[in-house]
Amino acid sequence: MTTTTEPPPAAATAALRFAGVSKRFKDGTVALAGADLSVAPAEFVSVVGPSGCGKSTLLRIASGLDDATGGTVDVHSKSLGYVFQDATLLPWRNVAHNVGLLAELEHLGKRERQARVAEAIELVGLAGFERHLPHELSGGMRMRVSIARSLVLAPDVFLFDEPFGALDEITRERLNDELLRMFIQRRFAALFITHSVQEAVFLSGRVLVMSGRPGRIKAEVAVPFAYPRAPELRYSAEFAALCGEISRHLRDV
Amino acid sequence: MTVDSATQAGPAAEPAPMGVVATAPGPGSAGRGRSGLAGAFLNKFLLPFSVFALIIGIWYLVSGLTLSPRQRFMLPLPHDVVRVGILDWDNFSKTLEALKYTVIVTFTGLAISMVLGVLAAVLMNQAKWVESSLYPWAVVLQTIPILALTPVLSFFFGFALTSRTIVCVIISFFPIVSNTLFGLQSVDRGMHELFTLHHTGRFTRLWKLQLPAAMPAMFSGFRIAAGQSVIGAVVGEFFFKQGNAGLGTNLSVFASRLEGERLWATTLVASLLGVAVFVFFGWLSRVAVGRWYQPRRG
Ligand SMILES: Nc1ncnc2c1ncn2[C@@H]1O[C@H](COP(=O)(O)OP(=O)(O)OP(=O)(O)O)[C@@H](O)[C@H]1O
Ligand SMILES: [Mg+2]
Repeated sequence: MTTTTEPPPAAATAALRFAGVSKRFKDGTVALAGADLSVAPAEFVSVVGPSGCGKSTLLRIASGLDDATGGTVDVHSKSLGYVFQDATLLPWRNVAHNVGLLAELEHLGKRERQARVAEAIELVGLAGFERHLPHELSGGMRMRVSIARSLVLAPDVFLFDEPFGALDEITRERLNDELLRMFIQRRFAALFITHSVQEAVFLSGRVLVMSGRPGRIKAEVAVPFAYPRAPELRYSAEFAALCGEISRHLRDV
Repeated sequence: MTVDSATQAGPAAEPAPMGVVATAPGPGSAGRGRSGLAGAFLNKFLLPFSVFALIIGIWYLVSGLTLSPRQRFMLPLPHDVVRVGILDWDNFSKTLEALKYTVIVTFTGLAISMVLGVLAAVLMNQAKWVESSLYPWAVVLQTIPILALTPVLSFFFGFALTSRTIVCVIISFFPIVSNTLFGLQSVDRGMHELFTLHHTGRFTRLWKLQLPAAMPAMFSGFRIAAGQSVIGAVVGEFFFKQGNAGLGTNLSVFASRLEGERLWATTLVASLLGVAVFVFFGWLSRVAVGRWYQPRRG
């Protein structure tokens, strides 16, 4: 990762930490300017922000797909999960073989792989669809496959880039409930990008609000609800109040 | 008499499709489901066969009305072509024998092209400098008139099947290279990044991502190349006449002897070979990738 003169902060146990991270692309676009954030192990943090403010860039840097041009990035992870906005399934592989792909790339033994694939498929609720091809699945099911593919590697840090952005409201809420179930079961650290304030509040322990480009974290809102969270939480007054607060932050970005 | 049948074929063929075509857009999108079967029948059979009838009609008109009986060897009447060139077993069995050698040359050349073409495309995909140095020449190779190569090919490879096969390879190589290369290079960026995240080496990336993703493009290259290879075989037989006679060999013999009926019957068989090869590779492509790749979707 890129390092600068900045001294390393004291608390060293974060799963993921950005300190003053900036990113300038070759064409001169400054996507991030001094982004600070950290995610503790087994913490669920969401990021909301206006379109084009650098949210995806944040995740690409965290995963190593892109390098920061300034600041410090620390990722303490044995296994990193990354779910893109598109499911990016291989269309010629059926569900089981898509779910097993990353395990293949990481050279897991066949036995081990098959056991983990079966477990992940079960966990995302796709049992019975193992032999289906991607084009035979709905958008929501494809996203489940994409999540299962990462789950197989038992990630301790999980990055999500608007994974449910293209889905309808009902499917999205269903998948939010299920994602929380997986989160409670697997205890990974999650950094979750979304456009939906409700989704951010429902899933997270903290919600970070980003400014417009060049992106920085300009507000942080703690979400006090304990896990597990019931679907009805979405209709409570406290929930609505938190959503209102975050929306206000977003509006005067 | 022939004029009669021509005027019958003409009008009978024309109004039928016109009437159906006029009503087809009527029901609009709501009628799609209902007209599915009728539409398929219309598109797959009625329209092509109407055009076929029209062509035969025009053929009769040109041959029967504009050519005197002495000129008619250029374009004999269709039923004479069938009578002399196909129903006469003596003639037709010789054509089938020639067809056999044309098929052998076509498929040998095509197979060599497939192996070399895919290999070249993979190398070009793996190393930019290979692409920069070879691709322009693959384009040029396709544009060389075969006639210009006749002396040098015959000097090294003789006047028989080897030279013909090489003509097939030359003529069918480029579509395979360009289609395969396109397929290898147009893999979705997100998928590449997924593989990058897991530190995938280039061989695994090629084997598990790029080659399968390129299969549809590769197969459409094979299909184009197969058609080209038929042409290559026939043209090759035109120039390299020693050894077993193929369809092209016979074509040049019949042309010089002014045997129009057999010339046209042989032409017909050669086109049918082209069609068969095209249909075969379409089928092969559906078997190989049709399960997951539907070109009409989305
Ligand atoms: N490779 C690149 N080269 C140049 N500019 C880029 C590149 N990638 C992204 N950008 C720019 O950087 C900015 C941030 O992009 P990014 O994709 O991170 O935004 P985002 O917050 O994820 O947006 P969205 O919510 O629409 O997904 C955008 O203005 C974008 O145009
Ligand atoms: Mg984005």
